[in-house]
Amino acid sequence: MSTRLEKPIFEYSVPGRGAEDQWPHDPGAAVTDDLPASLRRAERPLLPEVSELETVRHFTRLSQLNFSIDTHFYPLGSCTMKYNPKACNSLAMLPQFLARHPLSPESAGQGFLACLHELQEMLKAVTGMQAVALSPMAGAQGEFAGVAMIRAYHRARGDLERNEIIVPEAAHGTNPATATMCGCVVREVPVDADGDVDLEALRAAVGPKTAGIMLTNPSTLGVFERRIEEVARTVHAAGGLLYYDGANLNAILGKVRPGDMGFDVIHINLHKTFSTPHGGGGPGAGPVGVSARLAPFLPVPVVARRGERHVWLTERDLPQSIGRLSGFMGNAGVLLRAYVYMRMLGREGMGKVSEYATLNANYLLAQLKRAGFDAAYPDRRATHELIITLKRQAKELGVTAMDFAKRLLDHGMHAPTTYFPLLVPECLLIEPTETESKAALDAFVAAMAEILAEAAQEPERVTGAPHTMPVRRLDDVRAAKQLDLTWKPTASHATPTTPTTPASS
Amino acid sequence: MSNVPSDLKYTKTHEWLRTLPDGTVEVGITDHAQHALGDLVFVEVPEAGRKLSAGDPFAVVESVKAASDVYCPISGEVVTGNPALAAEPETINSDAYGKGWLMRLRPAAGAAAPALLSAADYEKLVAEEGG
Amino acid sequence: MAFIPHTREDVESMLAAIGVERIEQLFDEIPANLRLPGLSGVPEAANEMEIARLMAERARLDGRPLCFIGAGAYEHHIPAAVWAIATRGEFYSAYTPYQAEASQGTLQLLYEYQTMVASLTGLGVSNASLYDGASAMGEACLMAVRANRRSRSRRILVPTTVHPHYRATARAVAGNQGLVFEELPYCAEEGCIPAGALGRYDGQDITALVIQQPNFFGRLEDVDALCDWAHARDILVIAVVNPTSLALLKPPGQWGSKGADVAVGEGQPLGVPLSSGGPYFGFMAARMEHVRQMPGRIVGRTLDAAGRAGFTLTLQAREQHIRRAKATSNICTNQGLLVTAATIYLSLMGPVGLERVAAASHARTRELVDALTGVPGVRRLFRGPVFHESAVALDRPAGPVLERLAARGILGGFDLAEHYPELGPALLVCATETKTTADIERYAQALEECLRSERGTIASSGALRAASRTGFASSEPR
Repeated sequence: MSTRLEKPIFEYSVPGRGAEDQWPHDPGAAVTDDLPASLRRAERPLLPEVSELETVRHFTRLSQLNFSIDTHFYPLGSCTMKYNPKACNSLAMLPQFLARHPLSPESAGQGFLACLHELQEMLKAVTGMQAVALSPMAGAQGEFAGVAMIRAYHRARGDLERNEIIVPEAAHGTNPATATMCGCVVREVPVDADGDVDLEALRAAVGPKTAGIMLTNPSTLGVFERRIEEVARTVHAAGGLLYYDGANLNAILGKVRPGDMGFDVIHINLHKTFSTPHGGGGPGAGPVGVSARLAPFLPVPVVARRGERHVWLTERDLPQSIGRLSGFMGNAGVLLRAYVYMRMLGREGMGKVSEYATLNANYLLAQLKRAGFDAAYPDRRATHELIITLKRQAKELGVTAMDFAKRLLDHGMHAPTTYFPLLVPECLLIEPTETESKAALDAFVAAMAEILAEAAQEPERVTGAPHTMPVRRLDDVRAAKQLDLTWKPTASHATPTTPTTPASS
Repeated sequence: MSNVPSDLKYTKTHEWLRTLPDGTVEVGITDHAQHALGDLVFVEVPEAGRKLSAGDPFAVVESVKAASDVYCPISGEVVTGNPALAAEPETINSDAYGKGWLMRLRPAAGAAAPALLSAADYEKLVAEEGG
Repeated sequence: MAFIPHTREDVESMLAAIGVERIEQLFDEIPANLRLPGLSGVPEAANEMEIARLMAERARLDGRPLCFIGAGAYEHHIPAAVWAIATRGEFYSAYTPYQAEASQGTLQLLYEYQTMVASLTGLGVSNASLYDGASAMGEACLMAVRANRRSRSRRILVPTTVHPHYRATARAVAGNQGLVFEELPYCAEEGCIPAGALGRYDGQDITALVIQQPNFFGRLEDVDALCDWAHARDILVIAVVNPTSLALLKPPGQWGSKGADVAVGEGQPLGVPLSSGGPYFGFMAARMEHVRQMPGRIVGRTLDAAGRAGFTLTLQAREQHIRRAKATSNICTNQGLLVTAATIYLSLMGPVGLERVAAASHARTRELVDALTGVPGVRRLFRGPVFHESAVALDRPAGPVLERLAARGILGGFDLAEHYPELGPALLVCATETKTTADIERYAQALEECLRSERGTIASSGALRAASRTGFASSEPR
């Protein structure tokens, strides 16, 4: 990682420079003489005028200001930052896959469609669901599709009053946000001291208005919801459906399936469990799986096999579908990456993922306890992730979870998720994933122990961290109050405001 | 310890009310509430003339870590929102009960007297919430 | 094959540290009756060599036909540097920049991206991306409902000249919140919204008007008049635009006397390969006054504790992780890596290069339309200016013709029959700067031969057409 800041690319710009080898030949002004003057652009946009080498250098240098899985331990809880195998990327980027137009006929896509169909089948197998649609473009869109299907199901039965979605109070913020986007009302239910859903409260919350419940299992508290069957019975008995948020699927892959737990609909984050890249914030993919009763409502398009041919199913084939969620068919390239990964894992590899993810998390928890840290749920097994609470340290030493997070950066480790779940004070949610070695985990424990010792002796080193990053802590209040969201030219910078009408004069 | 002036009335949702000599009421958020939110970066106040019922959200206060609706304690019509807050939302942090008021409201004729808390009751509520 | 680094000794010492004997014991909180005995539906593991061979075979099955389809996804030249840099591990395998100090690369890139999109669209602020152009339009409609405080109707006027898939997506994304989408018919001769069509909405409560420029047919709408009509009635304007076209066409921020309120579009033309429909990215820009109603991540520049400029996510109180049920959207992960590619692409193109791409694509499309309309039985469908895409009418159903062309390795365009049956047999065709005169001649010649040889076989075209369904083309019931 570099600590040298890089100036904005606009400050390299010089009028008249450019990566001309990348441009088409100048077709001359006459080719656009049919565009009416009143609809033409008057001034050129603010894009940099830089050479190819300047561009390559600038963005390479920017990349070096990032932590990433390829360069750093990245135990971000709930995000499953496992190794992204290189083959998944290179094989999804074969030229024929990249060049294929989304509106190409099925005849010019049998290879691509075969991969997608097999991916659907594998996802059905590992989730225990009856049908899968691949088009949602992220976990949140998968959630949206799931809740929209629940609503559509009730509506199709003439059950128009069901508009309440129950979420545990520890739920991720997307759950209530999704319920709202689907026109539902959110009801929160508490969890008990051990992290399981409070069944009494759940029984009191369900009723004729219950559309469904959204659950993550293992929950956002990093523990397995042990009474899941009772939860399922309670919600089903009230006429509601169960939605499974697949954020934590890595914990149970090959061990237990949401379909067998009683869930009616799930979304799967391919960028978590199935190792497609996080890309600095996307693209993700959030396929949805459903039980038989929700299959008619799946979002379109869906891949199907007809004899030896693969075809798209659309609204014509699924007239009750919740509709289309994207311009074409979602994040196809992400789906190909997940397909390659799942084929490489194979049947046995699926179970290995959850076994070693769980081994790593429980080992980390055991060693962190030995190093003097408090588990949020000391009597529970960790799943693929664990939560420690620094409430005691915050009180005794004045050093918060955020301070620990920032100081970890100085140790060359990405911070765990901080302050989520909101229920646990001063928490760090730590997810090592199965692809990290014992040595990497030991190094993390050592770093945490060192920070703890430092917090006692020299707390300002911790509260003032990070010290070795390209920047120190940033002023979030200033960022929100004095909004600076775009670069603006100043007198000292050349600006690409050369008059441009007509285009190629 | 939070600052809770004894001459004001309070709500369970951390608003305060002051009855002005002309019969209108001034509404804001309490010192406890501003402290819990942290440095405010944005405040949205209601337009004059808006009709509100008790319990309606009428303003949004936003810090970098939280955003919260503010609820109208009594039915009525907005006389004015506090125009100074758009440029200086931090006024609420520095003077929650004075220059940090959010709106002035003319209570509707015959509006039911709302169930408001005294300063002592509000202090008790804050203490119970661990404030 | 699960990319596990543990040795047997590692596992043993780790289990000892935990205090269990077998890994299996770590799953003892899962009720035994729920445990899965085995995974029959997943094949045996393939190693990298085996899967590489399989994928190469699958790719060969897809082939590489000569493509004249546009309809929302455009084949442009992508400089090698774009993906060489975007797939560097530091971009590819990082996550959302929550820890700003360890993510300055991604954050600064997003700030540069926001600057470029705001400038291209002529608006004050851009977010850090949405999923794709179609879903971005749905989000823009929801945003308009929040932003337009003077309207209570949630009615959105959407001309049928807007991409049919975008209309369908907006309905699916926003329909559950009570938005009502009212479709405006287009002028059959002009292929765009007729000036007089809006009069019937005078005096009604409308929340927003969507305008696509160029529209689905490639035709240019009278954006100034439409925008002014809407603003005179307190109706917000949502622009749906092609980013390449903005090098030449008036940016939404300058439409009419006030400019559009929100602009969205498909970012794919900016350095993103066609890849069967994704991953692409949706861009969204808006007038500054609407910034707090925007969905998605936004990056801001601020100062660090030492007074140096740095970048961070800002205005997060709009988002789901803080606002929960009252968030502007449920979106979290967006399309960061595609934005990385687009920012590199726009830097390499610059204002002059992008203008060249737009002009060259337009020139190729003119050449294509001239060549195709020289074929007997083919004519231009609409009069009036287009940008880099155009509709042509055929003298017989397009489906069988496209199938014959596909058999010759040519994807001849998008069949308009499913979505616009009233137009009669018609194709939407597109050529970008990637097509040569030889490519265009090859298409025109093949089309002529197909039409000539097909004469007399029209009677059987119904069956052929059913067999040639392309799925996407048939997705919207009318």
